[in-house]
Amino acid sequence: MSDNVTGGAVASPMRKLSVAETQVVPLVRLTRVELRKLVDTRAGRWLLIAIGVITAAVVVIFLFAAPAEELTYAQFLNATIIPQAVLLPILGILTVTSEWGQRTGLVTFTLEPHRGRIVMAKLLAVLVMGIAVVCVAFVLAAVGNALGAALQDGNGSWEFGVSGVIDTFAFQLISVVQGLALGMLIMNTAGAIVTYFAIPFAWGFLTATVSWFATIGAWVDLNTTTIPLSTHEMTGESWAKLGVSVFIWVLVPLVLGWMRLLRRELKSA
Amino acid sequence: MRVITLDGLTKRYGAYTAVDDVSFTVEPGNVTGYLGPNGAGKSTSMRMIVGLTPPTAGHATVLGRPYKEIPNPGLHVGVLLDASAQHNGRTGREVLALSAMLMGLPTKRVDAMLEMVGLNAAESKRRVGNYSLGMRQRLGIAHALLGDPEVLILDEPANGLDPAGIHWMRGLLRDFANRGGTVLLSSHLLHEIEVIADELVVIGRGKIVAQGSKESLLESSGMFVRALDDEQLAGALSNAGIEFTRVAKGGFNTHAGAEDVGRAAAGAGVVLLELRTADGAGLEDMFLTLTADDAREAVTT
Repeated sequence: MSDNVTGGAVASPMRKLSVAETQVVPLVRLTRVELRKLVDTRAGRWLLIAIGVITAAVVVIFLFAAPAEELTYAQFLNATIIPQAVLLPILGILTVTSEWGQRTGLVTFTLEPHRGRIVMAKLLAVLVMGIAVVCVAFVLAAVGNALGAALQDGNGSWEFGVSGVIDTFAFQLISVVQGLALGMLIMNTAGAIVTYFAIPFAWGFLTATVSWFATIGAWVDLNTTTIPLSTHEMTGESWAKLGVSVFIWVLVPLVLGWMRLLRRELKSA
Repeated sequence: MRVITLDGLTKRYGAYTAVDDVSFTVEPGNVTGYLGPNGAGKSTSMRMIVGLTPPTAGHATVLGRPYKEIPNPGLHVGVLLDASAQHNGRTGREVLALSAMLMGLPTKRVDAMLEMVGLNAAESKRRVGNYSLGMRQRLGIAHALLGDPEVLILDEPANGLDPAGIHWMRGLLRDFANRGGTVLLSSHLLHEIEVIADELVVIGRGKIVAQGSKESLLESSGMFVRALDDEQLAGALSNAGIEFTRVAKGGFNTHAGAEDVGRAAAGAGVVLLELRTADGAGLEDMFLTLTADDAREAVTT
């Protein structure tokens, strides 16, 4: 340990920056910081590696397990959707809950006291990461389809409409934003993850026991309303149903969670 | 110019008042020590200054405005509230690199800060989860200084530092204040703070119980006198009508002037070994007395 600052010595006077002339931190820079925070911890890095590995594994399994006529680009891509949708929301949850669980919020919200800007940066960061992850799925599905045609004498059809691209992105981005919203609302990693996975089970249980829930479930249950997204059978009515359920399960928690985060006190030890 | 002002700052949690109408100012070129027993309200006050905890009443400003209204505040105010509040999975270097990126600073600033706080390349690449408390404090101080601020707000920065580390930090803060910077640091240990601070604010159970320059607070603790034969001295002081209190290790504290004490001793032919301003022990007595009613444990002096 070097004692390189001498006590009592009169050193050069301090540079004093004008507060009035200092620029606020641009949102793009905050977003880049939040993106980096998604990958610079073991938890975040392994989550992303797991998403990549599982996506690749699903493509490989589909390549060898599916009948040759089903080896099309659309089918390969569909195979990747569910495993990605299971893990992506956790990314959204972790980006918020680690600020409280690891108490890094003390630093984050001291360097940018306008918490709404941090939430905006986190939202943009998980959307960018979600898009990147879906792009990996598009690439791996293409590799799978090419290999299917070459090795398994597969169908090899590349048919995949613009609507399919929109459906896929919508499906995954809804889940990642829902994760972020639940993370802000619950502020606890385990609690938010359990809630995310418990909601569909709870709906399933209610639907099975109370007929009324089955009726409104068509409009309210996110698991039901996103099915046409994964099968690329979206109609005007299914978009409306999706909108209602996204409002209830994504936008409402997002707004409530956002408000909670703005108000919540950050404590030191 | 007042760099930090607290004006009637109050925080209540239900019926419990953590910080009760606290007002003081911190001037540039000074190290101001915020002293009080554990749970006195030091950390809560500091969190209110930087806007992490909304006050129930009153307000605080830094550099003339509420902390929230300082753009890119890391460039103006270095804050260390809790050295353990870092992601255990990040390396020390990464912690600094993230904040440097946010503030818009070049990477070489990270290296400079790591070197300044004495974290070597190998240590900086270890995860913070594996750091000792002393290393976390050094990292926290590096983090506070990263943006080259003119104000430092540090909560218990000496916690976990070894004596060499405390000596190093004392030099660093002294130099920072000598260059015109402003430092507010808290501690629950008097010995730690009395060697660093110029100004003291003493808080107990949420209320300010004393404030002023270290010298003025020291002065109020009076003179210390010790003789070859303390019993003989006690007699001489009593005869001269001088009030005194016995110090456990030998000698007496008194509020009488040095001349009066010296004359009383000389008149009785008492051989004095020491006659001087009461030192830190006197300030400690004051600290313990001031906070005794408010401390969590009963204090016996």
